[in-house]
Parts: sequence; C-alpha cells; structure tokens
Amino acid sequence: MWNELLLTLQDANTQWVLFGSILLGVASGVLGSFALLRKQSLIGDAMAHAALPGICLAFLLYGTKSIGWFLVGAALSGLLATYFIQAIINHSRIKEDTAIGLVLSVFFGFGIVLLTKIAQSKNGNQSGLDDFIFGQAASLVGSDVKVISSVAIVLLIITFLLFKELKLFTFDRQFAKGIGLPTGFINALLMTLIVSAVVIGLQAVGVILMAAMLITPAIAARYWTDRLDRMVIVAGTIGALSGILGTILSSMASNLPTGPVIVLAATVIFIISLVFAPNRGLVSKGLKLYRLRKRVARETVLQTMYDLAEEASISNQSMLFTRDQLLTRRRMATRMLDKNLHRLSREGLLNQTDGKWGLTAPGAKAAYEVTFNNRLFEIYTMYEMRFAYLQLAANDAWEYYEIPSHTLNELMELMAVHEHTPQLDPAHFAKGEKYYIANLESNDSNKRKREVKSS
Amino acid sequence: MSYGAWIMLTGSLVGVTCGIVGCFLILRKMAMLADAISHTVLLGIVLAYLVSHSLEGIYMLVGAGIIGLLTAFLVQVLHTSGVQSDAAIGVVFTSLFAFGVILLSAFAGKVHLDVNHALMGEITFIPWNTLTIGGMNLGPSAVWMLGSVLLINLILIFLFYKEIKISSFDPAMASAIGIPVMFIHYLLMSMVSITTVASFDSVGAILVVAMLIVPGATAYLLTDKLIVMLVISAAIGVIAAIGGYYAALIWNISISGSMASIAGLIFAVTFILSPKHGLMAKLIARRSIVAEQS
Repeated sequence: MWNELLLTLQDANTQWVLFGSILLGVASGVLGSFALLRKQSLIGDAMAHAALPGICLAFLLYGTKSIGWFLVGAALSGLLATYFIQAIINHSRIKEDTAIGLVLSVFFGFGIVLLTKIAQSKNGNQSGLDDFIFGQAASLVGSDVKVISSVAIVLLIITFLLFKELKLFTFDRQFAKGIGLPTGFINALLMTLIVSAVVIGLQAVGVILMAAMLITPAIAARYWTDRLDRMVIVAGTIGALSGILGTILSSMASNLPTGPVIVLAATVIFIISLVFAPNRGLVSKGLKLYRLRKRVARETVLQTMYDLAEEASISNQSMLFTRDQLLTRRRMATRMLDKNLHRLSREGLLNQTDGKWGLTAPGAKAAYEVTFNNRLFEIYTMYEMRFAYLQLAANDAWEYYEIPSHTLNELMELMAVHEHTPQLDPAHFAKGEKYYIANLESNDSNKRKREVKSS
Repeated sequence: MSYGAWIMLTGSLVGVTCGIVGCFLILRKMAMLADAISHTVLLGIVLAYLVSHSLEGIYMLVGAGIIGLLTAFLVQVLHTSGVQSDAAIGVVFTSLFAFGVILLSAFAGKVHLDVNHALMGEITFIPWNTLTIGGMNLGPSAVWMLGSVLLINLILIFLFYKEIKISSFDPAMASAIGIPVMFIHYLLMSMVSITTVASFDSVGAILVVAMLIVPGATAYLLTDKLIVMLVISAAIGVIAAIGGYYAALIWNISISGSMASIAGLIFAVTFILSPKHGLMAKLIARRSIVAEQS
C-alpha cells in the first residue's frame, strides 16, 4: 500500500493536484472562518453558483478556455450576486435566506441557459465548462495550478496584513466604524477575498461543493478554539488536510471524483471535532453534564438529611430517618436516592442503623456546608439586583467562599432576616446532642468568617 | 395534445406545486433548507436506484422523501447541538451531495442516471416518457406524478392550513396553544422533498430551488394576505413556466434555465415596481414625506 502511495505521489500530475488542493484548502479555510463568524456561510454557496454565468460569459467573449479570464468572469458575477443579495435585503422586506436562495437559483439558471448556448456554438465541445459544475480536480494541469496557487497566496497575504482590521470588522462592525475604519471598503474587500477563494476552487471541487470548502473546515475549527487567530490557523490546517486526504484517496481508487472526496474528508474531520473536541465537543459536554447531575444528586440527599435533622432537633425527635421520610421531604427518583445513600455511606458521611439513616460527624459537616451554600444562593436569587455587581453568569457554580466577605456578611444578615440560617451546628448534632443555635448569630457569624478565611 | 402543450402543462404544474410550497418556506425563513433538500435529493435518487434497480417514479419519490427528511433532521440535530443554522445547512447538504456524487461515480457502470440530467433536468424528453395502463396512453408520466404531488400538497395544506399558518407566523404562540410545531415542520419538509423529486425530472434538482423561492418571494412583495400570496405565487410559477418555454423556443436554449431566468426577471420587475413594497413606491413615499416637511 505504501509503495502504491509513493508511486502515486511521484506522478507529476498528482503532485500538481495535491499542491493545488492544499493551497485551496488553506485559503478557503481561512476566509471561511470570517464568513462563518459573520453568519454568512451560505453566501459562499450563492457566490459559487452565481459564478457559472460569469464563466460562460467569459468563454463567450474570449472564445477559448482560459483560466485567467474565467476567474475574472466568475469573480465579477459572484460579486454582482453578493451586491444583489445585499440590495434585496436592504431595500425590501425579503429576508436574507430567501434573498440568497433567490439570487443563487436565478444566476445558476441563467448560467445553464448560457451553457446550452455555448454547447450549440461550434467550439462548444472543447470548452469543458461542465467541469465547473462538479469540479474535475484530476484534470488540473500545471498552468491551472500555478494560477490557483498564486491567487491563494495573494489572498493569504492580504488576510495576514489586514488581519486586525478584518477581525475588528467581523466582531464589532459598529465599533470599527466608530474608530474610523472604512467599513464599507472592508466589507467589499472581504467579499472580494471570499469570491476569489470560491472562484479558484470551482475547477477543483465544482460549483455545488465549493460551499463546503468554505463552511466545513471553519465550523470544525470553531470547536477547537475561541480565538480568531487560532481558529484561522486550525481552519486552514483542516482545509489543507482534507485537500491532501481527498487527493490521495481519489488518486488511489479508480472512479472516485476528487472534489466530493475532499468534501467528505472535511466532513469526517468536522464530525470528529463535533464529538471529541475538548470543552465544546459532545463527549466533553456530556461528561460535564453527567458530573453536574451527580454532584447535584449528592448535594440534594445531603441537604435533605440536614433539613430533616433541623426540624427533628427543634421538635426533639430522633435524628435518624427512613428512606420514606427523605422522599416525603424532597421528591426525587428512588433509584437515585438509594444510589446516593449507599455512596455517601461508603464515603463515611452517612451510617445506617435498622433501616434508618443518620449523618456521621464528617457527614454533618458536609451537609451543613451544602445547606449553607444553597440557602445563601436562595437568598442571593431573592435579592439578585442588589448583588448584580457580583456579575454571576446564570450557569456559574455558586460557592460561598468565593464571595467577598462584606457581601457574604450582607447575605448572611438577609438570611437571618428571612429565618433561613441553618440552625444546627454540625459539631454537636452529629453526636446526637440536640443543639439548637438560634439567637447565637454573632458568635456564629464570627466562626463562619474564620471558615471563609481558612478555605 | 401537442408536444409543446405537454411541456407547458408540465412546466405549469411544476410552477404551481413549487410556488405554493415555496410561500411557506419563505415565511418560515427556511428557503435555504429547500436549497439543501433539492441538492440532497440526488443521494436519495441514487440510493433508491441502487436498492430497487429501477428508475420508476415511485421508488425515486420514496427515496428522495426519506433523504429530504433526513436532511431536515440532521440540520435540526446539528443546530440543537450548537452549530449555527446556516453552517449546519451548509455542512449537511454538501456532505450528503458529495456522498451522492461519489456513489454515482463508483457505480457509474451500473446506474443509468445522468448527473447532468438530474441537476439540470430535461423537460424536452417529458412528452415521450408516457404512462400506459392496459395499453391506453395516458400522457406523460411526469404530468401524472406532478399532478398527484400537487394534489397531495393541496390536501395537506387544506387540512392543516390553520396550523401551518399560525406556526409560520408565530411559532411561539403556535406551540403555546398546542400545535405540534415540529410535526408541521417535518410535514412541510416532506412536502418540499416530494415536490423536489417530482419536479427534478423536468426542471432539474437545482432549478427547483428557483421555482420554489422566486415566485413566493415575488408574491411576498405584492400582498400581505397568505391566501392571496399562495394564489399569486402559483400564478407567477405558471407565467414563468410558459414564458420560459417560449423564450427557450425563440433563442433555442435550455428550457429549465430560461424558466428560472424568466422567474428572476419577474422578480426584478416586481422588486422595482411593486405598489406597496417596491423600490419606486418607497422612493415616492420618501419624496412625499420630504415635500410635506419642507
């Protein structure tokens, strides 16, 4: 197999195709990142379809197949299509997706009309214009690749030089305008860059699949990083990688068209990123959710034990509780309750006597911590606006020891006002002593302050 | 009926069927999903052929219907797992389409299916591919297929008109009053898939998009009432089909391509001249405001 691979790679034509698809992958990955972040991925699709009439017109005017003129024609009609899309959105009530679909299909239809016209003309047979619809990477020759590569390199250089401006424009157009950047010019420039990337890809992957070259590497890269500079590099690498994979796979098997194989290679990379990427991938998200659920279940059981103990202490009853008591106090799935009761007793936080559960000394401490933390959070949500300066995001984990001490004091005062303060001191009630610590707030809060400092 | 009349009838049926379904796509901002489905239908057709080894319309209809729904489903799955919707559409349709093209080339010897034909359609062959039952010539099979799809669509729209209408204009309210929004979504998507499949033979998978979106968008600029919009959209579909046929006769060009171009032309005229939402009307309104103020 390796010999076969080496043999394929020694073929001069394959080398050209490989070189071309790598550069194409890099350029479209890089520019696709900008399109993706501006939520304009499908404009690339429209540009690719709209390039068809431009190519046909270039052929009709110039008379023979010339990649240079094709690029010019395709770029012009691609830009015209983008302009029409923007004009339709700006000047009527038609929404973006309809405008894109409309311009795309009408331009493509007109392109088909021109194609039939060319097919009837006397030199129509040698035009090979059909290649542009599906792409014919294998038919690329040295001169084509030279044009493609030089355009790709120019695109990359422009992107590199204007990276800061493009970045600012992509993320905050208003701000970019505010500090005096020519946003209209940058918009036109970005569109031109994307159109050029689309146009050089047409011959290799074709009108229909060119959109994938812009979208798939970029969306895959989005899973690996939150920084634009890294995303651009990752997207470029993924584009190059799918170019390499596609070219090699299709050159080794007969009857495999290069363009679609490149696209499928990019899709496979995207699926891998979607599932396995750290932080954003499905596996990592699922793990996070699983850990959170586990933690919440554990805390729920502990807090329920504490709540029951607190009530029992006031009415001088036993501090041991049955499963049913726990279930009536707080409804939860019985399977989850059993699992957590046994896990907590293995950890030494609970002990079981005659089918009744009680907190051990360390368990009492843990239950107190959990209850205190959660009740403090309930108070916080009651007075959310007063503590808005904490700037907690909705999903942030709430830990009382991370809160500044004066805020903590304020929250604890409010907690006392609402008679929400945990009433049992863990040190005593675990021993079975019925210790009721109401009216001991000053003492208590000092102790908690020490706790805060020590943790 | 003459050869030309059959072609015009087929084209008009495509125009009406697509025009009606297209209105809902535009109102629901799902035009690009239709574009995606019209591409992935290719995979459905190839798979249907590989499974059934026949080019009968009904297998194509089922295969394409399944793949169309699969497209809508995959886009939805990617979207709910955090991919922005335009990128989700782009990734799904390009990969399914690429897969279709690869299958087609891998089995090129066995499949008597021309990719160019599938994508660009060849309405000129329609009148010869006739449906005969018991020796009776009942006319082109495409007409029968399009007619039945149109009928199915009309029945579905008639049955679920209120539900489709509310969930198109106000999805939040629709789900609040208990309309199964996801069911309506997939119902529409299946309508789009079977419409695409029935039409791809005559106008080609990609130009179906033109027939789906352009008449609806034009009608959207002309009226504010849904039922009127449906009628206008169907009418524009028919005009584009007949106009396209004659334009193709005169200049000797692709019929499907010229239908799309005529539809685009009608849109351009409407975009400029529409009495309420057109460019001219807005300019005049702006000028009269300026005149009043000065």
